[in-house]
Amino acid sequence: MAQYSTNEFKGGLKIMLDGDPYTIVENEFVKPGKGQAFNRVKVRNLKTGKVIDRTFKSGESVEAADVMETEMQYLYSDGEFFHMMDPQSFEQKAAPASAVGDAAKWLKEQDMCTVILWNDEPLTVEPPSFVELRVTETDPGVRGDTSSGGGKPATLETGAVVRVPLFIEEGELLKVDTRSGEYVGRVKS
Amino acid sequence: MTDWHPTAGLPVLRRRAALIRQVRAFFDGRGLLEVETPLMAGAPAMDPNLDSLAVRRPDGRRAWLQTSPEYAMKRLLAAGSGDIWQLTRAFRGGERGRHHNPEFTLLEWYRVGWDHHALMQEVAELAAEVAGARPVEHWTYRDAFLTFAEVDPFEAPLARLQAQVDDPLLVPVLGDDRDAWLDLILSREVSPRLGQGRMSFVTDFPASQAALARLRPGEPPVAERFELFMDGLEIANGYHELAAPREQRRRFLAERDARGPAGAALPVDERLLAALQAGMPPCAGVALGVDRLLMVALGLERIDQVWAFPDEQA
Repeated sequence: MAQYSTNEFKGGLKIMLDGDPYTIVENEFVKPGKGQAFNRVKVRNLKTGKVIDRTFKSGESVEAADVMETEMQYLYSDGEFFHMMDPQSFEQKAAPASAVGDAAKWLKEQDMCTVILWNDEPLTVEPPSFVELRVTETDPGVRGDTSSGGGKPATLETGAVVRVPLFIEEGELLKVDTRSGEYVGRVKS
Repeated sequence: MTDWHPTAGLPVLRRRAALIRQVRAFFDGRGLLEVETPLMAGAPAMDPNLDSLAVRRPDGRRAWLQTSPEYAMKRLLAAGSGDIWQLTRAFRGGERGRHHNPEFTLLEWYRVGWDHHALMQEVAELAAEVAGARPVEHWTYRDAFLTFAEVDPFEAPLARLQAQVDDPLLVPVLGDDRDAWLDLILSREVSPRLGQGRMSFVTDFPASQAALARLRPGEPPVAERFELFMDGLEIANGYHELAAPREQRRRFLAERDARGPAGAALPVDERLLAALQAGMPPCAGVALGVDRLLMVALGLERIDQVWAFPDEQA
């Protein structure tokens, strides 16, 4: 297995710690002039997203994590797995629901997603930053009702619920920012 | 290629040039002799925490880039140079970070007949001249640890130092290396609190961290070594210089041993030892990081902001 020395540490490097893959968020080199050098790093667990601090004696080596970022097309879900396809090789991979997590509510069949592979298996699935989804359910807009800040909830075809302006009607196609979960606008079809 | 631009702005580089003129005027005005010594040295630094970069030469002779001009300047002192100073480049392999670049600018000077207390005074005068006057305070290594980390660096058992760091993963890595634990506590808890808006001098280091300083007998004995901190940054390191050749050889050999099998192949600087044998006058000397002093003078956070082309773009 490939190893990285602390000398190679930098933001974005993927390493194994306690059996889990991590990405280095921040690497700080500290050393008293005549003293022992250390690398104090912030690392994010790629499975849980949790960020922790670790200190390494400089010169230590850690195992590299076999982690790769790819763009894959979402095909369908069978309830347990989300099936993804590499658009070049047509190779398919099954991502467990735990790898998809909250992203599931934005995933529409055929959309391209960012998939982090660890040992060639999907570790996390991220939806595109912007998705276009149809409104399946929303109350008819009531004119003059501003008590709810001029908005109302709308359920989209994937099950996600977003706040939309009062004039949005069922059946309309909307553009949504998946990072904030906010309505961006109507898509003219 | 887009990274050909300097990382330091031109106003900073102008300020850097001005600082160097100030330094030269300071030492000229005080009658010290400016000297130059080889960057490419015949022996590496023995200090196990310094990585001397080896140079490949066509005739197969070995050479190392200096980590400081100390060994060579002491040979000049032994030859009767009197007070000397030098502004030079130093190289330390693997040292790269917010406050480190493997190549950096070092100001080093020696005062014959002085001790480290007198030299600290002069360091403060120089720093005030180029970075502005600040209150000066003095700490012993022990008091700084007691105040900021609430641990006694001399008396605390190893387990107490380990508990202070509270990182079980480091226990098998650092083991019973007391100085490594102390260095980590220093970096994490002590040095960030030193020199905030002032100049903080730390003296009386543990004997195990004497490097090239004299030891002062006592309970416990301490090294007559000092460091200057400004805004949490280590700026200068100085010694009441060890002049005894036998003790110097003993320390060199102990340091070489501490390097393990890789150290066995490294030559000890016999020319320095011969110079000490011939007789180096009693003196105090100090090395000061010019890049960091410039950072402090300008209130900058990263060494890349005062250095045109850092390591990755050199």
